[in-house]
Amino acid sequence: MSSIQIYVPRDATALSLGAETVARAIAVEASRRGVAVQIVRNGSRGLFWLEPLVEVVTLTGRHAYGPISVTDVPGLFDAGFLEGHGHALHRGLVEQIPELQSQQRLTFARVGSIDPVSVADYRAHGGYEGLQRALAMQPADIVAAVTQSGLRGRGGAAFPTGIKWQTVLEQTAPQKYVTCNADEGDSGTFADRMLMEGDPLSLIEGMTIAAIAVGATHGYIYLRIEYPHAHRVLNEAIAAACDAGLLGRDVMGSGKQFELEVRLGAGAYICGEETSMLESLEGKRGEVRVRPPLPAVKGLFGCPTIVNNVISLASVPIILQRGADFYRDFGSGRSRGTIPLQLAGNIKRGGLFERAFGLTLRELLYDYGGGSASGRPIRAVQVGGPLGAYIPASQFDTPIDYEALAGIGALLGHGGVVAFDDSVDMAGMARYAMEFCAKESCGKCTPCRIGSTRGVELMDRVIANVDRASNLQLIEELCETMLHGSLCGLGGMTPFPVQSALKYFPEDFHKTIA
Amino acid sequence: MQAAAKNSPAEGPSSVLDAHARAEIDRALAQYQAQPGPLLQVLHAVQASLGHVPPAAVPVIAEGLNLSRAEVHGVITFYHYFRHSSPGRHTVQLCQAEACRSMHCEALTEHVKQRLGIDFHGTTSDRRVTLEPVYCLGNCACAPAVMIDGDLHGRVTPASFDALLAALDPVP
Repeated sequence: MSSIQIYVPRDATALSLGAETVARAIAVEASRRGVAVQIVRNGSRGLFWLEPLVEVVTLTGRHAYGPISVTDVPGLFDAGFLEGHGHALHRGLVEQIPELQSQQRLTFARVGSIDPVSVADYRAHGGYEGLQRALAMQPADIVAAVTQSGLRGRGGAAFPTGIKWQTVLEQTAPQKYVTCNADEGDSGTFADRMLMEGDPLSLIEGMTIAAIAVGATHGYIYLRIEYPHAHRVLNEAIAAACDAGLLGRDVMGSGKQFELEVRLGAGAYICGEETSMLESLEGKRGEVRVRPPLPAVKGLFGCPTIVNNVISLASVPIILQRGADFYRDFGSGRSRGTIPLQLAGNIKRGGLFERAFGLTLRELLYDYGGGSASGRPIRAVQVGGPLGAYIPASQFDTPIDYEALAGIGALLGHGGVVAFDDSVDMAGMARYAMEFCAKESCGKCTPCRIGSTRGVELMDRVIANVDRASNLQLIEELCETMLHGSLCGLGGMTPFPVQSALKYFPEDFHKTIA
Repeated sequence: MQAAAKNSPAEGPSSVLDAHARAEIDRALAQYQAQPGPLLQVLHAVQASLGHVPPAAVPVIAEGLNLSRAEVHGVITFYHYFRHSSPGRHTVQLCQAEACRSMHCEALTEHVKQRLGIDFHGTTSDRRVTLEPVYCLGNCACAPAVMIDGDLHGRVTPASFDALLAALDPVP
């Protein structure tokens, strides 16, 4: 009898909830009962309230069970989970779980489904069809396909990916680079991490397509040190791709070369800013560069360089595989394609939900998220990380796309949404925004370096009810200075959470001091 | 032996590298010095093997990479991750970022500080645990998040933290 396939995620969140001990317990219990099982360590489906989510491959499909703890394991065997039989934690067929079924998974299609470091599994699910097509195309046509897809940078800046590539393509240089910004430092975001842990080969394929398109022979993934699990999976996947001839001197027998390596950051949030990331890749302090020149003209080691986020690059294979129109047909207005939304914070059902642009915040928070974890009303959400605006409940009907959020003075950023219930102190959160900026400022420009520290002091005075009116006025003026005078987005966007907190939650800045 | 304070130049006993440390630094230099922009990689390799980057390593690394001591010192102090002094046997990182705040990580942080009797960046007197803040571990849907020696934990409560702490090696 052949062995039964069981999937237990190796995703960091699943591991943080006990997936490793569950995997071991299943192996021990199977061997005790004399049953042959093959445990595959997949990525996560992103339904974190069900993690650790165990899936069993049966004749009727993949049955899901979760959340599983070690103590549930003997009972699962007793209930016949190897045949997909019922159990209190049985969730039915995994693809029929409502929160998964209603998604439009393009970039995350394989995440949670395949063995992330198996080239064979990746190719069996459409992997490397995009690169194969790209290799038969002219470089300009590859770039045109990415442009026509409408793909915009998913790291946060939303700059059209194809335009960036076009600039690099137009440069004449002996050396060009493709770099991936995997310094996912925004609180409330984990799409890059999940993608790298669950389907790293899609990122590798996307980077290879980028390299073929612009004539680069070397690539770097700049990964934050806080992601040790992703680091291990990426290195395993790169080694597997090299062994399979998909990276290296002769990519897929095309005679084209592309070498790829992972470089680790060292705990500096600012290195998620693209020029700071390039400085760091060069082994220097991650200080922001003045633009121009753009990285596409003069980037890493002075060479033309593509800098794209993980999700942008991992979305490229399907665009080449299925065509620009296929991708472009998702979404609305100028926000084309899909966005992996990450729902986090004080939320009942947190996780990653990939949808075409246009879902409203309310649908995300309540239909997917089920409301707050505490059961109290959701009072505010912060969209787009520490530099994103706080949005009050009165604006939860805003559709999630670049333009609609910009229309209410917010930004989508990297697609993270952090929910806060009514116990949140918005003055404290506004102070924290300034404090974070002070900690993470690279120090190069004054509005950010000094302004953030002054901002913390001013906020402390407001909270302590010292000259409240005049200090609030000073904060407004300071925010304007930082907004217009900073060199990059850290100083330039720290005012967003501060100003939005002041605008929508003024009562929190006028509390009576006992 | 305590290393010099974070921003002072290497003086006294800490300016001497023992044979093991010197060998590890030389190994890191040999492995990476031919690569473009190798300083961060060298520092990562040194910290991985020694637990920190000793102040006395600065001139050795500077010479090996043809950089000034100021450049090497500047890079070490720019990045939160690199440390001048050795950590305790275990490193506990508590996430302080927004998603964890929404689940009241401040209360967990207070509990941990009291339980260990140290503040952030401190090490318990028995050298068992070093406590560090961290700004996002990517576990934001299962806040508050804590990382202990590279292992991630989600939905951590004061009680579950105490259990994790007790499961580390016994107090000598």
